[in-house]
Amino acid sequence: MKIDWASLGSVFGVSLVVTVGLVALFTLGIAGLSRRERATAQGGSATLAVTGAYVCFAACAAAVAYGISLIVA
Amino acid sequence: MENFSLILAIVVVTALAFDFTNGFHDTANAMATTISTGALKPKVAVAMSAVLNLVGAFLSVEVANTISKGLVDESGIRPEVIFAALVGAILWNLLTWLVGLPSSSSHALMGGLIGATIASAGSGAVHGDVLVTKVLIPAVAAPIVAGVAALLATRLSYTLGRKADGKAAAKGYRTGQIASAGLVSLAHGTNDAQKTMGIITLALVAGGAVAPDSDPPTWVILSAGLAIALGTYLGGWRIIRTMGKGLTDLQPQQGFAAQTSAATVILASSHLGFSLSTTHAVSGSVMGAGLGRKGGVVRWSTATRMFVAWGLTLPAAALVGALAETVTGLGDWGTAAVAVFLIASSAAIWKLSRREVIDHHNVNAADEPEPAGVVTQAIAAVTPPPAGTVAEGLTATIPAPPATAQSTEPAAGPAAV
Repeated sequence: MKIDWASLGSVFGVSLVVTVGLVALFTLGIAGLSRRERATAQGGSATLAVTGAYVCFAACAAAVAYGISLIVA
Repeated sequence: MENFSLILAIVVVTALAFDFTNGFHDTANAMATTISTGALKPKVAVAMSAVLNLVGAFLSVEVANTISKGLVDESGIRPEVIFAALVGAILWNLLTWLVGLPSSSSHALMGGLIGATIASAGSGAVHGDVLVTKVLIPAVAAPIVAGVAALLATRLSYTLGRKADGKAAAKGYRTGQIASAGLVSLAHGTNDAQKTMGIITLALVAGGAVAPDSDPPTWVILSAGLAIALGTYLGGWRIIRTMGKGLTDLQPQQGFAAQTSAATVILASSHLGFSLSTTHAVSGSVMGAGLGRKGGVVRWSTATRMFVAWGLTLPAAALVGALAETVTGLGDWGTAAVAVFLIASSAAIWKLSRREVIDHHNVNAADEPEPAGVVTQAIAAVTPPPAGTVAEGLTATIPAPPATAQSTEPAAGPAAV
């Protein structure tokens, strides 16, 4: 009996990194948007935070697109 | 060779019935967190999942082909064996649904196939080491991998998102959850609808209706996709409730982390060649997300019931499959007896489920007020499934009429709860 530890390990590693990375990116994006919400409430603006947020979301969207391409392929 | 025999027709119908139970059993995987955190209304969630499952069914036939070409030796298999396997899988799916426990439909199917094959061709026909590497290890690994990933992701999300609040955050988490739940649904459609296509194609090959090594015919793809989508839309609300509310209480951040982890694990595993069960991955990630929040709790009594169900899935489905195969081996009346038995026990289980209806109205209603009741229910609910399957086996060896009469008995166990 041969257990394929290598592929199990890579599944574990990839899943861990991708999940944590994606959630972190997404949370940062949301934090950026919340900052804008607070800033507008006080009459200011938060251009940097908003730009950062959209970069984060774009990265997440790319990951989703990659996921779909994996499913379709 | 247009000998589309009666037994073949029965197998196809049974396979579609299995596909249907698979759909409503696994809606929870994609949508339980989305429903319990309120990201989507229950009906909208299951509708979306159903559509994506249907779409997924049409995307490729790769999984179907691995089943119909090579998993089992096509030359030696008779349609009756497949029928017996499906009977085992369907009954186990229905029983776990009745007690509201998520369990792997793939394991049920594999268990049924293994049992029926053993009964038909002897134990030499099953490869023990394949069983360990393809079934046991993934079953243990999936919840751990998904759970650890979800736990860390949840921690991080709460740390990074301390200042994330207000409308923007709520809307953001909602969108994120919907996207990751959609991915899980799509992946599920490509995987599980295709398992049924593979089974039907296998049966058609075994019955001589199509040439060996052919792709699934279009009507097979269409009907399998529709069956799983219909099952998904009707929704296994019992399982959704367990997964979304029973295991732990999820906030939007947790729901997002859990669903992202599940989607990642499912995609990573199927593309790195170490296939993990969707159900196990999602359950693990929900528990991980539960543990990841400060003050979050996992209800271990519910989790334990679920683990017991996982452990029993394969042997229980195998047992039913083996007995069904033995009975069908007795001749055409045996096959008829098994068919009648399957219909009767399915009807009995459905009838029992009506005593305590769970649907989209009360799917989120299971709050924590009565821990004592939960524990007693857990104890009561863990015992019936094995007892039920054994009793079914006994009745299955008896010709049709008594089987119908007694088939209400195994189901009477859970009802006593």
